[in-house]
Amino acid sequence: MSTRRPSAPLRGPARILVAVYAVLAIAATGRSGFQIVDRFAEAPVAFSLSAVAAVVYILATLALAFRWDAVAWVTIGFELLGVLVIGALSIAAPDVLGLGDVDVLDRAFGREGTVWALFGAGYLCVPLALPIIGLVYLARGRRSRVA
Amino acid sequence: MIDVFTIVLIAVATLAGVLCVVLGLVGRKPADLTILSLVAVEVLLLAQVVISIVAPFTGDHPTGNLGEYWVYLVTACLIPPAAIAWALADRSRWSTVVLGVGALAIAVMVYRLNQIWNVQLA
Repeated sequence: MSTRRPSAPLRGPARILVAVYAVLAIAATGRSGFQIVDRFAEAPVAFSLSAVAAVVYILATLALAFRWDAVAWVTIGFELLGVLVIGALSIAAPDVLGLGDVDVLDRAFGREGTVWALFGAGYLCVPLALPIIGLVYLARGRRSRVA
Repeated sequence: MIDVFTIVLIAVATLAGVLCVVLGLVGRKPADLTILSLVAVEVLLLAQVVISIVAPFTGDHPTGNLGEYWVYLVTACLIPPAAIAWALADRSRWSTVVLGVGALAIAVMVYRLNQIWNVQLA
């Protein structure tokens, strides 16, 4: 599967990717954890999805750091899919997420705010940009190994 | 929260962030300037902790959830030391950039803290 020398340290830009993923993972986990403990009933679908996202972010961070290529592809791909689908739903069909009676901006920034709502707007759209960058990084790595 | 202090904190964190990212991208390894900029951010964060403990006693209560505020604040306080530890362990230009990423993350988190304290409803 992976033919990168496991003993070689991660290249520079890869470390930035890991660092940003780590911060996002911490932020998303903290926020969704607190929301579930404190007010789960207010938006159970949105908060549950947010918790899943947080776990996937943690896995993605670890996968990038320890070069578990397959896990990295799956987790980052899942996140990109997630931010696009949930982002679109949060704008076009918020009822599906149980956010029908929440103000548009509050779906990302308010007490019911979650990491993927409004395409990650509550986190400066980092949840949207990061998986794209992550997939490009993984794809380049694969290409250089095949060549 | 003290509005002026919050603005100063966000400004310092943003400045430190931009500084470290730029210096890292031009090839500087972590040095006094970059590491101390993160130390400055941490000192201000710790001051924010003190302000947050005192505030309710002076009649300044958060509109949002106090527990949520503290989870955020404690998490934020952990980030500069983690970034500094990373930079000291791996002295390369990229860890300077990581210092910057950490500082910028703090800037955003303090903005969120202000939202929880002054805008969001509990």
